[in-house]
Amino acid sequence: MQALREIRRRIRSVQNTQQITKAMEMVAAARLKKAQSKVESSRPYANKLQNLLKNLSRVKGVAFHPLFQKKEQVKKTLLFLITSDRGLCGPFNTNIIKEAESFLKNYEKNKISLITVGKKGFNFFRKKHWEIEQKYLGLEGRVEISQLKSMTNLLIELFLSKKVDEVYILYTKFINPVTSEVTLEKFLDIESEKEEGKEEIKYIFEPNIDKIFKVLLPKYCINKIQMALFESFASEHGSRMTAMSSATKNAEEMIEELTLTRNKLRQSAITKEMLEIASGAEALKG
Amino acid sequence: MFKLSIVTPEKIFKELEVNSIIAPGSEGYLGVLTNHAPLITTLVPGKLTAKDKNNQEKNYAISGGFLEVYKNQVTILADSIESLENIDIERAQKALDRAKKRLKSKDPGIDIPRASAAVRRALNRIKIYDSYIKRM
Repeated sequence: MQALREIRRRIRSVQNTQQITKAMEMVAAARLKKAQSKVESSRPYANKLQNLLKNLSRVKGVAFHPLFQKKEQVKKTLLFLITSDRGLCGPFNTNIIKEAESFLKNYEKNKISLITVGKKGFNFFRKKHWEIEQKYLGLEGRVEISQLKSMTNLLIELFLSKKVDEVYILYTKFINPVTSEVTLEKFLDIESEKEEGKEEIKYIFEPNIDKIFKVLLPKYCINKIQMALFESFASEHGSRMTAMSSATKNAEEMIEELTLTRNKLRQSAITKEMLEIASGAEALKG
Repeated sequence: MFKLSIVTPEKIFKELEVNSIIAPGSEGYLGVLTNHAPLITTLVPGKLTAKDKNNQEKNYAISGGFLEVYKNQVTILADSIESLENIDIERAQKALDRAKKRLKSKDPGIDIPRASAAVRRALNRIKIYDSYIKRM
């Protein structure tokens, strides 16, 4: 009897858990939909902006903006790492932290510092005593334009004031709800956006190329950070949805198995009782 | 005829075939016709006019961005843009009041270039909206 009661309790507890994971799956699905449409609808602008920059960088004799300038000697590197604030999102944080660790392995501790978005990355790397320049917690999938500007300005300022000599962004690119890809990109200097070899387009510039760069580059930088955040938010929700849906499925299986065991136990208990009664009756007759 | 695509940070705003456009360049309004030479310019708040193949005019309030002309393909990267009919006049008026108040206050923390840019954007919307009302 003891075992039977134990199993009944387990079934109830698994059922409760299943209800929670199901609810979380639904919430994640709703958020994913929003985040996905946001990231997909803002991609065209980002691509066009990048193309524009590429075309511009091909122009000969451009007096280059300091953001383009590659530092001859790299003394300090900065990694802008985007993780999530909440857990229960499958391998999302594990994947990106693993990637970050293998990136950090190439540097000595005083040669690199981190800016982390999201609690998970911050907690992990603080415990390991990596230098954390700045942290952004509690974004929860929303980012105000003023916050975005302050993030970007911080990165640009660190780069221009020569406190850091390169900036990398590590984020999770959203491909579809079940697939995402951890992506490492060099953010500053912007040299990588320069395309050599291709023929220069003879543009007319109005007012002049320097002024265009002055307006374009801050916009480009903000957009790049914004896109990385949007991609990560969408990936996080996608990953959480998948994780929760498989958790729900697992709970379902577990309940089935437990129910089967329960029924078997119940059956055998009944049989045992019947036997006892029958043998008792036999004894009385005797 | 050439192709005009207008994108904003949020979405692809419009893609259409046009005969000509007039855009508010930073050095003054400029017109683009078919087979225009490659051009890149910054845009300031102003009115964007596009004429389709029947010379039907469509007007938009644009609040800055970039314009690129390359091989009969015009791309406008707009900070924000609304068609004439969709201007939210109340919101523009409120934004104007807010920005003016900020400029008047003696608080040293005020970002003056940003506030005056907000004034320009709001005034642009109001001006374009008024011209639209008058025409009706």
